[in-house]
Amino acid sequence: MGVASTLIPLIAQMNPDASTIAAGAPIEVDLSPVAEGQVIKVFWRGKPIFINHRTKKEIDEAAKVDLASLPDPQPDSARVKPGKAQWQVLVGICTHLGCIPIAHSGEYDGYFCPCHGSQYDTSGRIRRGPAPANLPLPPYEFLTDTKIRIG
Amino acid sequence: MSGHSTYQPQNAFMKWMERRLPIAGLVYSSFVVYPTPRNLNYWWTFGAILSFMLAIQIVTGIILVMHYTPHADMAFNSVEHIMRDVNYGWLLRYLHSNGASMFFVAVYIHMFRGMYYGSYKEPREVLWILGVILYLLMMATGFLGYTLPWGQMSFWGATVITNFFSAIPGVGETVVTWLWGGFAVGNPTLQRFFSLHYLLPFVIAGVVVLHVWALHVVGQNNPAGIEPKTDKDVVAFTPYATIKDGFVVVCFMMVYAWFVFYVPNYLGHADNYIPANPAVTPAHIVPEWYYLPFYAILRAIPNKLLGVLAMFGSIAILAFLPWLDTSRVRSARYRPLFKQFFWIFVAVCLGLGWLGAKPAEGGYVIAARILTFYYFAHFIIILPVLGWIEKTKPLPNSIAESILNPHPTSGGTVTR
Repeated sequence: MGVASTLIPLIAQMNPDASTIAAGAPIEVDLSPVAEGQVIKVFWRGKPIFINHRTKKEIDEAAKVDLASLPDPQPDSARVKPGKAQWQVLVGICTHLGCIPIAHSGEYDGYFCPCHGSQYDTSGRIRRGPAPANLPLPPYEFLTDTKIRIG
Repeated sequence: MSGHSTYQPQNAFMKWMERRLPIAGLVYSSFVVYPTPRNLNYWWTFGAILSFMLAIQIVTGIILVMHYTPHADMAFNSVEHIMRDVNYGWLLRYLHSNGASMFFVAVYIHMFRGMYYGSYKEPREVLWILGVILYLLMMATGFLGYTLPWGQMSFWGATVITNFFSAIPGVGETVVTWLWGGFAVGNPTLQRFFSLHYLLPFVIAGVVVLHVWALHVVGQNNPAGIEPKTDKDVVAFTPYATIKDGFVVVCFMMVYAWFVFYVPNYLGHADNYIPANPAVTPAHIVPEWYYLPFYAILRAIPNKLLGVLAMFGSIAILAFLPWLDTSRVRSARYRPLFKQFFWIFVAVCLGLGWLGAKPAEGGYVIAARILTFYYFAHFIIILPVLGWIEKTKPLPNSIAESILNPHPTSGGTVTR
């Protein structure tokens, strides 16, 4: 008991402190300036978030993919909000070792990570390369048609 | 190192001191009259070089801390302040950064020496394992230190290495958040890395004491790999080893000085002169040269978790070397087959190092996979089998004989 009560504060102090958690509070992003085909980066909790105003071509490409061929199968519809398929909000960190992928590049017209060559498609799903999982979605919701809150 | 020292203090003050804290006697018996095999070659001087480099790193490091600010907003500028404003700051910084590289050059030579001459074999297993622990501590210290200037390579290297722990199933993400002290690498991370970077060298110093203690209990190995039997096999540490170590340290310092004064940034990465930018990943993230072989092993395995395990495994396997090598003969001098495999192993390590700096695509990946497989095969397959099947050369009767009369004819005597 004595050992545990000594050790717990010593170890727990390394977890994110109150100011860091406060700095990680939700942010609101106005989508109206983002043109079709444009990708913007915002920071939330120290991580880059890609907000991609997808073109019709990109949405169609994402929907047509055969799920069985995906290393991490997920339909595109599960990766966007209902009725808002043109807005893609992803955490822009490669699921391999944490580099930031480059938007609108790679063979699948999605994202390409220059560190070890992982390729993501227009839905942000991993298609080829060492990354094990699709680019994750941060928690977000639409406050209006042109404004989202991330976090 | 058992029993009392043979030190006989001559003056009154030393007699008084010896009765209360016999430190002079300890130094005397450990480093003056200490019996040293007389056939040690220059590969045995690197222990002294390593001790010297540790001292240099600690001294330059403590002085650098007088001028460095460990905060994400100020770290980079404080290092530039050291380089430009602080008196001789440029010298101290380059001594410390190149000192780390020289430290690793010396440790790799020291380790390869141990592997070649079988210095890890009975009764030196604990000595060897303490050495592996020292190597791990050095790698941790080097990694932590490299993040401190908070350049692009510092930041992204920290991101990649801490992300390794996310490979742990289940608790991985929690562990990484705990390491970061936040949701990404940031100021809390830098500050704790600074604290640990200051701490670990003193832990290293403590383990070095254990390492030298373990060495003095069993005695040093030697190029013939046979234990000293009589007084004719040994000489006093001082003056012979002392002078030899001193000479090699001076030569080593010349190489060190050449880097510090002529090509101080050659071993570094230009991208680390760009302040850390969490929004932009550099095109080629590479660790410092001394980590490159392990980086190549990590990237060779296509699976995230297995790659991390292979990388840590490639270091951990060193600890098992005393038991993986089944040969009764210590030194490669008398093991002709092992000698060849040893040099192949050295070439494989150098090859992996070269591959670690290349982009992970095409032929480089294939080559890295082959060399990674060979690296592990050397320990797990080749060494155990060699011990059983190898025909070793006959060992000399004693160390003295191996130097003074290397090819004795029957009935011949040594006249010396």
